[in-house]
Amino acid sequence: MIRMRINGVEEEVGVTTIAELLVVRGVDPASRFLAIAVNGGVVRRAEWPSRELSPGDTVEIVRPLQGG
Amino acid sequence: MTDPIVIARTTLKSRLFVGTAGYPNQQVLLDCLEASGAEVVTVSIRRISLEGYAESLVDLLDGRYRLLPNTAGCATVRDAVLTAELAREALDTEWLKLELIGDRETLYPDVEQLVRAAEELVRKGFTVLPYCNEDPVTCQKLADVGCAAVMPLGSLIGSGMGIANPAAIELICSRSPVPVVLDAGIGTASDAALAMELGCDAVLVNTAIAKSHDPLRMAAAMRAGVEGGRLARLSGRIPKRSFAEPSSPQLGLVGT
Repeated sequence: MIRMRINGVEEEVGVTTIAELLVVRGVDPASRFLAIAVNGGVVRRAEWPSRELSPGDTVEIVRPLQGG
Repeated sequence: MTDPIVIARTTLKSRLFVGTAGYPNQQVLLDCLEASGAEVVTVSIRRISLEGYAESLVDLLDGRYRLLPNTAGCATVRDAVLTAELAREALDTEWLKLELIGDRETLYPDVEQLVRAAEELVRKGFTVLPYCNEDPVTCQKLADVGCAAVMPLGSLIGSGMGIANPAAIELICSRSPVPVVLDAGIGTASDAALAMELGCDAVLVNTAIAKSHDPLRMAAAMRAGVEGGRLARLSGRIPKRSFAEPSSPQLGLVGT
């Protein structure tokens, strides 16, 4: 288990990659319009299966919503 | 009559940009977008619910509209730049409505940070359309750092107060080297028409449509307002006079 901050919430998760994190949280990594940043930098979709997460990472998982 | 607007070498048919927030339901939103004739529609970028991911509104809009993601709510250059980069990744677009808010209550832009963020994002390859103060100097600075358009506020976001300072908007329009899109404050169709008459190239409307009693009809009214205002601008208004000028012939009056 590693401790990290996911969308503003401190959590412990038993995953090693971004793709695994999405699956564990019920998000299909193939979903369109998702974007992810780790520690303030965008991680391209192609890197999700290989990009490993480390303790203390800050992860942002976003998508477009209604807006003005 | 075709009268397209060109922003960043992209030709747009409609001079009405529409926001997608706050409609009674998704179907009303879709119907309003259709009725408005808009080509550019704005969306926000937000954290997903980790309870599960469902198909979103964007799945319905993609391919039918040019999506313009915003950085609404961002209060620092760092947050705005990260949101912009996430938006580019999520939507595969360089276009960005840059918002950098300096005050939570009035949602006034933080001009100093806005110009810095705009400069950085232009350098990173974004097509930046900044929401900004209705101030010619700020608008000039934003154009100077490479923004593709400027989007001065008519009045406070969501206020429906219309164009609080028409003289300033007219001045910006007369000097701006880039297109001017009036953003924020529109309350009804005559506000949109006035913006166009003052020389704006386009208008962005959200709340005035979404929160009206009959959003579908208001979307059509905004479309007509923008088109009417644009035609009037191109036609050239008559000068204002202090005295009456009879419009009917003065000769051949009955009874004289």
